[in-house]
Amino acid sequence: MAETVLRVFRGDAGGGATVDYKVPVAPGMVVLDALHYIQGHLAPDLAVRWNCKAGKCGSCSAEVNGRPRLTCKTRMDELPKDEPITVMPMKSFPKIKDLVTDVSWNYRVNKKIPPFQPRRDTDFKISQLDVDRVQEFRKCIECFLCQNVCHVLRDHDKKEQFAGPRFFVRVAGLEMHPLDGANRTRLLKDELGLGLCNITKCCTEVCPEEIHITDNAIIPLKERVVDEFYDPLTMLFRKMRGSNEKRN
Amino acid sequence: MTTNYEVREHDVLIIGAGGAGLRAAIEALAQGASVGVVCKSLLGKAHTVMAEGGIAAAMANVDPADNWKVHFRDTMRGGKMLNNWRMAQLHALEAPDRVRELEQWGALFDRTENGAILQRAFGGHTFKRLCHVGDRTGLELIRTLQDRGVQQGVDCYMECTVTRLLVENDRFAGAFAYWRENGRFIVFKAKAVVIATGGIGKAWTVTSNSWEYTGDGMALAYEAGAELMDMEFVQFHPTGMVWPPGVQGILVTEAVRGEGGILRNKLGERFMEKYDPKRMELSTRDVVSRSIYTEVREGRGTEHGGAYLDISHKPAEYVKKKLPSMYHQFKELADVDITKEPMEVGPTCHYMMGGIRVEAETGQSSMPGIFAAGEAAAGLHGANRLGGNSLSDLLVFGRRAGMAAAAHAKQTAYAPLDNAQMQEAERELLAPFSNTGESPYAVHRDLQTVMQSLVGIYRNAEDLERALGELRMLKARAAAASVEGSRMFNPGWHLTGELKSMLIIAEAVTKSALARTESRGAHSRIDYTNLDTPWGQKHNIIVKEGGQMVRREMSIPPMPDDLKEVLAQE
Repeated sequence: MAETVLRVFRGDAGGGATVDYKVPVAPGMVVLDALHYIQGHLAPDLAVRWNCKAGKCGSCSAEVNGRPRLTCKTRMDELPKDEPITVMPMKSFPKIKDLVTDVSWNYRVNKKIPPFQPRRDTDFKISQLDVDRVQEFRKCIECFLCQNVCHVLRDHDKKEQFAGPRFFVRVAGLEMHPLDGANRTRLLKDELGLGLCNITKCCTEVCPEEIHITDNAIIPLKERVVDEFYDPLTMLFRKMRGSNEKRN
Repeated sequence: MTTNYEVREHDVLIIGAGGAGLRAAIEALAQGASVGVVCKSLLGKAHTVMAEGGIAAAMANVDPADNWKVHFRDTMRGGKMLNNWRMAQLHALEAPDRVRELEQWGALFDRTENGAILQRAFGGHTFKRLCHVGDRTGLELIRTLQDRGVQQGVDCYMECTVTRLLVENDRFAGAFAYWRENGRFIVFKAKAVVIATGGIGKAWTVTSNSWEYTGDGMALAYEAGAELMDMEFVQFHPTGMVWPPGVQGILVTEAVRGEGGILRNKLGERFMEKYDPKRMELSTRDVVSRSIYTEVREGRGTEHGGAYLDISHKPAEYVKKKLPSMYHQFKELADVDITKEPMEVGPTCHYMMGGIRVEAETGQSSMPGIFAAGEAAAGLHGANRLGGNSLSDLLVFGRRAGMAAAAHAKQTAYAPLDNAQMQEAERELLAPFSNTGESPYAVHRDLQTVMQSLVGIYRNAEDLERALGELRMLKARAAAASVEGSRMFNPGWHLTGELKSMLIIAEAVTKSALARTESRGAHSRIDYTNLDTPWGQKHNIIVKEGGQMVRREMSIPPMPDDLKEVLAQE
């Protein structure tokens, strides 16, 4: 059977280095299979997060040959055969051990977002067309690859000011829900730091669910913030009415 | 002594953060209890996320003739009448409300033309009944419950594993656990616990289940003295992927057949005509699994030992819209474009009908203060579960268990924690570091081989007796297994605890399967191929007594006349 070398980061918050492991390659094998082989035969204490191994849970994110990927969907036969496959933990989160990082910050950000609030007296009749738009955002499996690759988080580490693409997708899913009656534009502007995104689309490129994060979530949200806070007519209107009703 | 450990107190402790655990948490919180949810993975990654096809609820949005009575009847017939009839009744009655509730919490299902929740056909369901979101219904469900729970103020202990329930004078007192991240111990003091830890598929080689499905909750309850029931009924889903090797077992949703997918053998024959001409591909899972298995065994299987499942006669755009994750899964993992060519599929270990024996109304086990819901609990599905009845099960009985656990907590004081039990739990957890045996991964692989080859779809006395012998040896090997490295996020070490759970469950399954000398639902005996009337009136019960696993039989309580009448109707 063909063999390949996996060059895997071993270490923790204190430091570490890559270690090479020789792994037999079977047809159709994915990088996560290779990591499981290492656990099962070579290094039983290799720390890896995974659950479904079917691209549905978003647990097994890592950087394979420098590219943020779900290891369960990264085929070995897509990668160059004559060189080692490098597997590193996501860079933007603190290391725990080996390929496992501390993603708890994401869960803290999520708590800041007000939940779905159905409008009063709705009968929950919705057209499929309206559902389609929001279902794109609800496909998110929280692999946090978009968070990992976003330069506001990766290079500038602005975790206190900026929620990251995952949570703009979540807010978009709520704001564009046809029956939602809450308003999250001030939150987007003041607490989630939407303005810091300069739409380089790195997040969209790595999304395994192919959500058009920048075009369909972030840009429309930016427009809402602009309309509500920076549009001169609206500002005047609001001053006169004192109203802060949700726009549609 | 307890000061050695981090101690947390909650009225209600919930183990597992899938659909049942989260729904229980939301309900217990609503009743005013303080609630802690402990889960082995990160929040939102539980097995529920993999559910694809939909939630069964007789809402009659598509087929106006549907109602709870038909759903009840379908469930009982699918379960070969071994179901707890009261659970089947409550489930059919309450499922529509539980779905509407999800919608009020922000879930967005696919719609009918007039804007109601769309429902699709599924195996064993008389009417179009499954509310769905493409083929990612489980993700929608778990995300909705997760966000609801977090907003309501549930305390969540992520990547934390419970290894023992603490019991004082037959009363639940708490749980002993460790943090996966650093291996430190933590003790939960609680008045009631809801076990919602899901199934046991990881004891088999070919399974659709994730690493978490090691039967922990059932084993915890068993060790604490609670009864397990119907353990012989393990569902093999008819359609898992069979090629390439790395993806073997990954689920291919029943929704493919619900949307019109056709099964063929290598000769191109639509073989379900032979096995169930009336329902064809939408027969119940036990029947379809056996049919595929038989086709392969008799030499009519595909190149890689499965059957062809074909949906390519439907318009490509429709397939991509209704089955998006199947489309991607096959394209990316198997180089198959399902809009143009058939999939290769075969049976995969998928679901546990058996589990902790519970009361229908409350989910309470045979031990006071210990509740269970979802796949970890037995009863609703009898000898075979219908597709779509699992997600509704989680919601209906998760809610009921959460409510009952909170009520129990209100009337109860904390039981004292017993130092000896905690020290024993600690000793047991640390033993693998000083053991000198083999890697737990080697023992796990051999356990999977035993269960796959001897306790699979078709069983016989000889295989099952051999399996019991093999399991005894595996138990000794597991107890001696040793681990490398530190207590920091160490999967090999984690596996040693899970091996213990899997071995308990494997023994319970095998013992029960050996005793039931008939074929019923998912339990198929080559040496007893027919339904047997006396066995149709009793459950196998597994309980720990005097340190030994004991099997007993329990009669099914008589069904009230009004339900009998419902069943008799066509």
